[in-house]
Amino acid sequence: MKGRALGSMRRQMIAQLVVGAALLAALLIFVFQDFARRFAEESQDNVLLASATSILENVSEDAGGLIVDIPYAALAMLGSVSDDRVFYRVDQGPTFVTGYDDLSVAETTTANDTSFVSSGFRGDQIRAVTTSRLLSLGGQTQRIRVTVAQTQDGLGDRLDELFRRAVLLGLGFFVLATGLSVWTATRVLRPMQELALSVSRRGPDELRPFERPVPTEMVPLISSLNGFIARLRRALDRSEDFITEAAHRVRTPLATVRTQAEVLSRRIERDENRQTLRKMIRAIDESSRAAGQLLDQAMVNLRTDALQPTQIDLNDCLQDVVTRLTPVAELRDIELTTTFADDCHVSVDPILIQNAVSNLLDNAIKYTSAESRVALSTSSDGDGVYLKISDEGPGFEAVDQPLTERFVRGSAGEGTVGSGLGLTIAAEVFEAHGGKMTLSNNTEGKGGCVDVYLPR
Amino acid sequence: MRRRLFAALSALLAWTTGAFAFEIEAETTFPAATATVELRIISTADSAFFTPAVLDFQAAHANIAVTYVEASSTEAVKAISEGASFDLIVSSAMDLQTKLANDGFATVIRSSATSAVPEWAKWRDSVFAFTQEPATLVLSPTAFDGLPVPETRKALIEILREHPDRFRGRIGTYDIRQSGLGYLFATQDSRTSETYWRLTEVMGGLATQLYCCSLNMIEAVRSGELALAYNVLGSYARLPTVKTDDLVVIELADYTATMQRSILMLRNSENPDAARLFVDHLLSTAWSTSDEPAFGFSAELDPDDISVNRKPIRLGPGLLVFLDQHKRGQFQRAWENAILQ
Repeated sequence: MKGRALGSMRRQMIAQLVVGAALLAALLIFVFQDFARRFAEESQDNVLLASATSILENVSEDAGGLIVDIPYAALAMLGSVSDDRVFYRVDQGPTFVTGYDDLSVAETTTANDTSFVSSGFRGDQIRAVTTSRLLSLGGQTQRIRVTVAQTQDGLGDRLDELFRRAVLLGLGFFVLATGLSVWTATRVLRPMQELALSVSRRGPDELRPFERPVPTEMVPLISSLNGFIARLRRALDRSEDFITEAAHRVRTPLATVRTQAEVLSRRIERDENRQTLRKMIRAIDESSRAAGQLLDQAMVNLRTDALQPTQIDLNDCLQDVVTRLTPVAELRDIELTTTFADDCHVSVDPILIQNAVSNLLDNAIKYTSAESRVALSTSSDGDGVYLKISDEGPGFEAVDQPLTERFVRGSAGEGTVGSGLGLTIAAEVFEAHGGKMTLSNNTEGKGGCVDVYLPR
Repeated sequence: MRRRLFAALSALLAWTTGAFAFEIEAETTFPAATATVELRIISTADSAFFTPAVLDFQAAHANIAVTYVEASSTEAVKAISEGASFDLIVSSAMDLQTKLANDGFATVIRSSATSAVPEWAKWRDSVFAFTQEPATLVLSPTAFDGLPVPETRKALIEILREHPDRFRGRIGTYDIRQSGLGYLFATQDSRTSETYWRLTEVMGGLATQLYCCSLNMIEAVRSGELALAYNVLGSYARLPTVKTDDLVVIELADYTATMQRSILMLRNSENPDAARLFVDHLLSTAWSTSDEPAFGFSAELDPDDISVNRKPIRLGPGLLVFLDQHKRGQFQRAWENAILQ
């Protein structure tokens, strides 16, 4: 069963970190730019004020007249900061003295003798400072005001440059943070991914607890997982025990009952009672066989779920089965022949294979005509090992009939004890080993034929 | 001559264009064979000085005729302020060029040629210097016969003081009230060293002659009328048209103020494309690193020729200070007190 996916944790984590980094970068750009703008404006204001102050300091009184001796540095200092256009004017009270007479002058007072104004002048944006002081001229106190203004092209250029830098800084930060996010997410989630990988790589029989160290946050998950594994392991152990136990508990009493019934039938005189007893024995046989096959089937299911193949010689394995079944065949005067090819080494679960082959041979012995022959042969090539069982019974009704399905019995089974599980179990076993079982009828003469292929 | 010159020189002294009240000194026309555009340049430079530059430009752009109008720097500024139709102004008055740009009469030009001009030789990407012209001391060897050639202002002052009779009435310098360049040199001198005022006092005591122009002073020295002239444009003294045999041109070792002649494209230029072409051509030629100056002058100085004392006057708002009417009045009064005794 596939789990429902809520989307990648890593991707989600990266996305959140990246969005966070983008927000931080935007904030960084904004703050840096704002700071830079204030700083640039402030430094322009400072230079303007220094310029205006130095002009104001060189305004003096001479014989009642005003002398304005603008120092070279006053305007040169503005030129050293940027290539901006520079305007200035000096006023004595309400009267214009020198400079650009169309430049506007801000009102200043004793309490507030300096004022900064941003405005337009001759089609350009300018920043102007007016600073003032009182001067006694011919017995009259007058306010001398010096205004110095500068266009803001240089400031704009500097701000553009600062903005570019801020953006570069922000982008750099963003790229770095994104890289870090990916790294962090990958690193943080690595134990999780490793765990997921090792869980998915585990074979069905691998029920050891996880012992690799994990981050603290994952410890509860691992403990729960290990708890599940332990419980599963116990449950599987119990099932196997139960099956073995059940096989004994069911088969042994049934065998006892059957023996008792046989003994009883010999003593019984009356023919109709004997007939009844025969029917009973037959029913007991059927139950015993069914119970055996059901248990076989359970065993096969359990073992194929957790297949533990070992390298064996198939011939040895088959010989055991043949030896075990030879007495049964002899009871019906059936000759059980074997033809073993060399090199039949395969990697299989021998118990399952024996179980399956035993079922097939049992079937063959049961359905073939008395005093006939059941042949078991093996062969091998580079791909795998082939196993063939043929009998001289009625054969299979049709090759494509679903005999290998559970509880389906062919018409030949009528009058014979059987549950219909034999072929099913065999087919399941071979399929679990990656092999294939094919039913067919002998082309010459009568009889069915089972071909099995097991890959190496 | 690289090409035929159809220079029709019409020396129209005190010529006035209809609506405008500014005076020009001369107008030279450089017609072009296939003229489609006429570029009008107003300049303070003598046409002899600038003709090679114009012809060199026309060699590359045959369809542009050029009219070259000479005027004094103050008249040139007056013409611009009154809105006379000119495309370019070429001037040695760095302060006035700066003021034109500052007051918004200039157009910004950004091209590969203008970006090759070093930062100290341009302002606002509007005023571009294309020459380096030192203020020199020009003297007549005959007048200095037996005297050491002064290398510094201090040495010059000593010589003048020791031989007042030899030099009385035979010293020339700019009349800063008439000449913008003279005023520029004087103000820069006064910024650089206190020696300037002492020298001016001494020259004043020796009945110094005042001149409007460098060429007049050079001529006066050459003819023997003057023994020496102070703050003469070295570039004029070295012009091929000037016979230099009778002259010694000295770059004083204490410092030599260097004027940068500059060009500026006017905002109301009627042929902006042609004007830009002209500026680009002039600047790329002037600032080229080739050994041969293309038209008798170059902005790049020959390294052998540079005395470490050359002090280029920087373009920039500092130059506006001495244009201030109060400042100028004070400076001129101080100068008059020193020179007119």
